[in-house]
Amino acid sequence: MNPAARAHRPPQFDTARLIDDRRIRIVVCCGAGGVGKTTTAAALALRAAERGREAVVLTIDPARRLAQSMGLSELDNIPRAVAGVDTSGGGKLDAMMLDMKRTFDEVVEDHTTPERAKQILANPFYQALSSSFAGTQEYMAMEKLGQLRARSDWDLIVVDTPPSRSALDFLDAPERLGSFLDGRLIRLLGGTARAGGRTYLKLLHAGFSVVTSALTKILGGELLRDVSTFVNALDTMFGGFRERADQTYALLKRPETAFIVVAAPEPDALREASYFVDRLSRDAMPLAGLVLNRVHPSQPGGIGAEQAVAGAERLEAGGSDELTAALLRLHAERLRLAARDERVGERFTSAHPEVPVTHVPALVGDVHDLTGLRRIGDLLS
Amino acid sequence: MGDWEGVRLHVVTGKGGTGKTTVAGALAMALAAGGRRVLVAEVEERQGLAQLFDVPPLGYDEHRVSSAPGGGEVYALAIQAREAMHEYLDMFYRLGRAGRALDKLGFVDFATTIAPGLRDVLLTGKAYEATRRRTGDRFVYDAIVLDAPPTGRVLRFLDVTTSVSSLARVGPINRQATSITELIHSPRTAVHLVTLLEDMPVQETADVVADLRAAHIPVGAVVVNQVRPAHLKPRELAAARRGRLDSDTIADGLRSAGLPASDDVVGLLTREAADHAERVALERKQRSVVDDLGRPVYELRRQPDGIDPTALYELAETLTEQGAV
Ligand SMILES: Nc1ncnc2c1ncn2[C@@H]1O[C@H](COP(=O)(O)OP(=O)(O)OP(=O)(O)O)[C@@H](O)[C@H]1O
Ligand SMILES: Nc1ncnc2c1ncn2[C@@H]1O[C@H](COP(=O)(O)OP(=O)(O)O)[C@@H](O)[C@H]1O
Ligand SMILES: [Mg+2]
Ligand SMILES: [Mg+2]
Repeated sequence: MNPAARAHRPPQFDTARLIDDRRIRIVVCCGAGGVGKTTTAAALALRAAERGREAVVLTIDPARRLAQSMGLSELDNIPRAVAGVDTSGGGKLDAMMLDMKRTFDEVVEDHTTPERAKQILANPFYQALSSSFAGTQEYMAMEKLGQLRARSDWDLIVVDTPPSRSALDFLDAPERLGSFLDGRLIRLLGGTARAGGRTYLKLLHAGFSVVTSALTKILGGELLRDVSTFVNALDTMFGGFRERADQTYALLKRPETAFIVVAAPEPDALREASYFVDRLSRDAMPLAGLVLNRVHPSQPGGIGAEQAVAGAERLEAGGSDELTAALLRLHAERLRLAARDERVGERFTSAHPEVPVTHVPALVGDVHDLTGLRRIGDLLS
Repeated sequence: MGDWEGVRLHVVTGKGGTGKTTVAGALAMALAAGGRRVLVAEVEERQGLAQLFDVPPLGYDEHRVSSAPGGGEVYALAIQAREAMHEYLDMFYRLGRAGRALDKLGFVDFATTIAPGLRDVLLTGKAYEATRRRTGDRFVYDAIVLDAPPTGRVLRFLDVTTSVSSLARVGPINRQATSITELIHSPRTAVHLVTLLEDMPVQETADVVADLRAAHIPVGAVVVNQVRPAHLKPRELAAARRGRLDSDTIADGLRSAGLPASDDVVGLLTREAADHAERVALERKQRSVVDDLGRPVYELRRQPDGIDPTALYELAETLTEQGAV
């Protein structure tokens, strides 16, 4: 590596220090889909537990085999102890998998009378909203995080985030859904519009008949009736949604929280990571560092890529030493992949020189048990 | 004759990040080869196609984005629910300007939020319209390729009947939904799956194939993407895995190639070979799961320097060579 490149070396992200720091109570793993958020979250929580912390990991969509190995095969929305964790240091590890519908149901049940709750839970519009709406998963992940934090069973909560296409969704979706539920159009449907600025109201009334007639034509009376009953039944909770989302959002700004951005060494994933880092700094949210996951390792001290290709060509031309020629090709390919990863990573670092980075090599197989998680945990620190 | 003669709508799905957009673009190019005209459309408002073809952001009008081998043309379109809704309001309710005014109130967002199925019908409806569009007695497009939502959401996306079941029972949306459903369940449609040879994407592929079959939606090909070349022969792979490659042979080879043949170098090459062999073995296992699905399989190599228009051209040719067209 030339000296200029070395000048761009980012600070090393020390995850071991992070999870050993008892002031840190919440670690949030964010990033684009498929980069290794769930894996990183589980590996860090396991490591923290085996180093004496009472940890819980909230996973969202673990790979099937990983879920099984952590005893997460039943989705019951309750954290349960993970078997096989070394608790000799006085720590423990609980794990759960988010059930967004159940979490939503619980929010409803906690905030209204039993009869009302029953009514809401039976409403077809509510059922669609709680099981398949864009943003519900993010909202409920935040909600669950708030719930876990309110209990005193753990001193460290590690949160995985939903597999959204954009890491920003985790921060934005709850607010979006909250505004929707508290929004004027939906209240209008429920007949519960409150004054919200004069001109706006005028516009609303003028447009209202057009809106409802267009809505009725397209969506049909039945859906609108469902929405309207839902809104009325929910009236006592209005404001509550946004407020709750706001509370958890505030929690994320406290110094006890640490965000970890996970990315693969791919331009798309790092672009996402970049947006996310900017956003965290704009919102004064505490970023701990970047995990660059599934990096192709480059072994120092061997033969260079071009040298290897030239050597392979020489052997192939001579028609001898096929094995060595193949190994040289393989070696060159690995170096090229590693060099590409490094280039992509450097682009991130030159835009965000202050962000600490740690690299996790791509393991040969996937990570599907505690042994694999321990390995990732080692590589992370 | 390719594998998809008679197919007018190609739906491309797969786990997130496996290469749906890339494969959709390459497939469009392959289908356009030899003087045809193909439309590739995206539905997630991400400008993935603009990036892929290296053109300015796409709007709701169809733009020519590439030529194809042997003089064909690829057009691209970013379908937007809002625009599709206006088009629709105009067409059926003659709402014209009033329709646009509704936007000020967030009407389209609101309607598609309380009825997410509406969004899907609007999006698939636009693709459906493009498959039928004609000038004179000729179709405008020889085929449509849809860069669809990922495996986790694709069934809901294609299940237009359920999407509209909560909407108005009568009216143009319902009528159109019936025609869309008919197309999607007919041999004029094929849903292709993009996967990597890794556990999670293959698992998702197998799951979605089962779901598509249960829903009687025609399953197309499985495209195994980002395949890395196998450098060693089967016997060498077996030896490499067990760490039994012969060091002396390797060292001799290095010397013949004029390269340093220290123990360190030999050790490094041997370790890399072991990793490689391990990976190949895991990939073979995944590949046999893919083969068991009983669909045509195409393999696209990992392009070492990423995807640019030249690489895309190559991927298109590979698809053609393997029988896609
Ligand atoms: N055969 C290939 N060789 C090299 N790189 C590839 C190949 N196929 C795809 N890629 C790269 O992988 C990344 C993901 O591809 P693409 O955007 O097509 O996936 P996708 O499935 O559409 O993703 P998303 O789920 O985010 O829509 C891109 O950077 C793309 O250039
Ligand atoms: N460093 C790594 N080496 C090898 N495989 C990995 C690594 N990190 C993650 N994986 C695998 O990649 C897949 C996706 O990881 P996952 O953590 O589920 O991603 P996300 O939660 O970001 O969608 C899983 O199969 C996981 O085992
Ligand atoms: Mg995940
Ligand atoms: Mg895409």
